[in-house]
Amino acid sequence: MTTQALPSALAAIVDDFQALSEPERLQLLLEFSEGLPELPDRLKDHPELLEQVVECQSPLFLTIETENNDAGAVRLFFKAPAEAPTTRGFAGVLHEGLDGLSAGEILSVPDDMPELLGLTRAITPLRMRGMTAMLGRIKRKVAAASRTQA
Amino acid sequence: MPYPVEQNEKFAAYAHPERLVSTEWLAAAIENGAVANGSLIAVESDEDVLLYETGHIPGAVKVDWHTDLNDDVTRDYVDGAAFAELAASKGISRDSTVVIYGDKSNWWAAYALWVFTLFGHQDVRLLDGGRDKWVAEGRELTKDRPAPVPGNYPVVERDDAPIRAFKDDVLAHLGKPLIDVRSSEEYTGQRTHMPAYPEEGALRGGHIPTAASIPWARAAAEDGTFRSREELEAIYLGEAGLAEGDDVVAYCRIGERSSHTWFALKYLLGFETVRNYDGSWTEWGNAVRVPIVKGAERGSVPVAVGA
Repeated sequence: MTTQALPSALAAIVDDFQALSEPERLQLLLEFSEGLPELPDRLKDHPELLEQVVECQSPLFLTIETENNDAGAVRLFFKAPAEAPTTRGFAGVLHEGLDGLSAGEILSVPDDMPELLGLTRAITPLRMRGMTAMLGRIKRKVAAASRTQA
Repeated sequence: MPYPVEQNEKFAAYAHPERLVSTEWLAAAIENGAVANGSLIAVESDEDVLLYETGHIPGAVKVDWHTDLNDDVTRDYVDGAAFAELAASKGISRDSTVVIYGDKSNWWAAYALWVFTLFGHQDVRLLDGGRDKWVAEGRELTKDRPAPVPGNYPVVERDDAPIRAFKDDVLAHLGKPLIDVRSSEEYTGQRTHMPAYPEEGALRGGHIPTAASIPWARAAAEDGTFRSREELEAIYLGEAGLAEGDDVVAYCRIGERSSHTWFALKYLLGFETVRNYDGSWTEWGNAVRVPIVKGAERGSVPVAVGA
């Protein structure tokens, strides 16, 4: 698999990770955890609108919304505690790489995309599962939302 | 040179008060320059591999339970050479006083302490309450990474037998006390992984026959500190039915949560012979023809196992 198959923002993130040494990749993941946007107030006050991804080691909640226009951009929302920077970092990568894309673009992201970040050894396969699960959950929700609209 | 031991009323009631330090004590030691001058080594060991980087106790070094302490090929801990190299790189010498702390009520810190003990490191202590208590008290955190002067650590052969049980040891142990520290859903066999944790692929659910179910976190109070000796006795002697002098094996899923219970039994209640079965449920629940009990009852010792 090459990064050419990925949406451009996500491909750029993958390229950034791959260009770095392992310790630098961890540092970059930390930066993504710091850059994860806060939930908008309407979701903050309604935790029941978010779903928990139980495969993550720390609590991670997410939801998606599809914008009501021709482009049909999908917006992603994540919530994870500050004490879980690895989980937050993964969420930050997916947010920056996928937020605002169309359902079709998100669904075309290969399921094993997290492996491309080159973090598996540094953070262990166990911790990588959370990220794969997060991407899987987003794709399932996007697919379900597209079916409803179709 | 060992650093002086903390004296306080709570710790004095424990069998080995020298194994714990309080956040106040550590803050004072840092204030006195003990961490900066290397007479005391603070080690952070967390579940989250990036948590240390978000801010840690000033002067503390990081040891990751998975990437530093586990062998990356065989399911085993690192060997003496790798441990010596790791310790020295963190500024730890054989006679250093090491204080370990971490997230989640010291769950992973206790695991790191147990691995240090496999190598016979003499003076290794836990910060009572761990990282969360330090943070809750508003104490100083820093992102500055220390550059410790390398320690002098000999290559010591790991001595597993006194505190580590393997599957065959557990089979031979059946009939003597076992403590299962997993959640009740894992104990009964309703599920094979922790609630809200990844499925780790055990083919069978349940518990080792006769094991008492005492989830690990019961040894900790709300603030993450260990419960008092009296409270721990009510749980482990009263409820689990352990008696003084018992030979005990504790287990969980991969041996991390049970390290916390191992610490409580060995150093706080003073059981001489306590072993952690680190193969735990990810081994037992996948092993062929080992006895398993499902449901909330402890069950009985099977006759003629494997005969």
